[in-house]
Amino acid sequence: MKIYLDNGATTMVDPEVVKAMEPYFTEKYGNASSSHMMGTWAKQALEESREFIAKTIGAKDDEVIFTSGGTESNNFAIKGVAFANKGKGKHIITTKIEHDCVLNSCKWLEEEGFEVTYLDVDKDGFVDPSKLEEAIRDDTILVSIIHGNNEIGTIQDLKKLGEICKKKGVYLHTDACQSYTKTDLNVKKQNVDLVTLNAHKIHGPKGVGVLYIREGVKITPLAHGGGHEFKMRSGTENIPGVVGFAKAAKLALNSKHIKHMRKLRDKLEAGLVEKIPEVLINGPKGEGRLCNNVNISFLYVEGEAIGGHLDAEGIASSTGSACSSKSLEPSHVLIAIGLKPEEAHGSLRLTLSRFTTEEEVDKAIEVLPKIIEKLRKMSPLGKLIKRMS
Amino acid sequence: MQMTEYSKKVMDHFKNPRNVGEIKDADGVGEVGNPVCGDLMKISIKVKDNKIKDIKFKTFGCVSAIATTSMLTELAKGKTLKEAEKITRNDVAEALGGLPSVKMHCSNLAADALKAAIKDYKDKNK
Repeated sequence: MKIYLDNGATTMVDPEVVKAMEPYFTEKYGNASSSHMMGTWAKQALEESREFIAKTIGAKDDEVIFTSGGTESNNFAIKGVAFANKGKGKHIITTKIEHDCVLNSCKWLEEEGFEVTYLDVDKDGFVDPSKLEEAIRDDTILVSIIHGNNEIGTIQDLKKLGEICKKKGVYLHTDACQSYTKTDLNVKKQNVDLVTLNAHKIHGPKGVGVLYIREGVKITPLAHGGGHEFKMRSGTENIPGVVGFAKAAKLALNSKHIKHMRKLRDKLEAGLVEKIPEVLINGPKGEGRLCNNVNISFLYVEGEAIGGHLDAEGIASSTGSACSSKSLEPSHVLIAIGLKPEEAHGSLRLTLSRFTTEEEVDKAIEVLPKIIEKLRKMSPLGKLIKRMS
Repeated sequence: MQMTEYSKKVMDHFKNPRNVGEIKDADGVGEVGNPVCGDLMKISIKVKDNKIKDIKFKTFGCVSAIATTSMLTELAKGKTLKEAEKITRNDVAEALGGLPSVKMHCSNLAADALKAAIKDYKDKNK
């Protein structure tokens, strides 16, 4: 049995999405820039997909730029705004719980002479809007805050953050890769100027994303060439990918999917908490968290070892432990919400999808207590920590 | 999760660790590592006629931390103290069919834990 509980990493492509994409590989494979019939078909598919995705976030068609995915969109938003607005100022504000592609774009800009403020978050991962307001200076040109956190699922109050940025005249960018279709996202209502989306977190293909750029935002393109995507992102358009993205969004936008994931998520979390002592739930309780996210720390054991046993049982998961990362540092997100390193090492992230079944969740609830018990039996840590406290 | 590429031998020792536990009346105990860094290993030994008669371990750590300590106990069991002291991290890694480079520090820790246990024994029997 294969049970996939790592949908925060990526998702299965919905077979209906594959079906929608197929003609654009082998029949309608034209270049959208060509003026012949094949080109026209490609162009039409591109524009229909753009129109659909724009509508889902309350944007205008020409505010939606297709990219190669979340990382490119985040790089584009941050560096593009930084380059275009450095005359106004060189200060950027972000948070301590961003995805690496945001943090590392900011770090790179620091080397280029920009100044970056990394906002703290509270124990549930929320940014304090008043702290954001205090951090905005005359030379601040951009605020970038992740919408739904990829590790602990915290959903920020974008509307409030957006109001502050609007009042202060600073652009707000949000990385909405994890939250798109899982919670409300509307660029007008929430006052967001730039939004990153991608397809592969919502049962679409890998290698396609979007950057929403509000009309009038000053931004420099990073890829120069044939002037594709309103001269904002050159490169022959990935028509199958774009078509797949739109189809994936169409299928994902259904409140019954959210209900399904939330119900199973709550069952999974409650089951684990009931059966396993000495655990910490990371991230906010209830509605403040993405409907598909569970992040738990099991004290006295290490996350990669838990994942190794789960993998042997056919269950895919992920961890914020140092041992799963190349850097051997524990998750910066878990440290930012105040976990001790040893608590972060024992973290496990289980992320569901609309295809997750109750049987799969039951299996995880059955298997995990045994794994934790086995690992705790061989851990010298329980006694040590008790000895220290 | 992103599972590091582990050899079959590593996965075998991880799933079925040998010599897990603590020797109650141990002659020497060694503890190395730090939970803050994500791994802590504790090795206890029973010594007879200058040989490691029994050895047990407890480990808090990742897949390779568990596998290396398990492997180390197998390598050390029955050896003279002199031989056991010479076990290097490369010996442990080799016996496991290799370790990913980022995980080599785990095998280092396991060998250090054994050395610490032997030192503890020697200190007690000066």
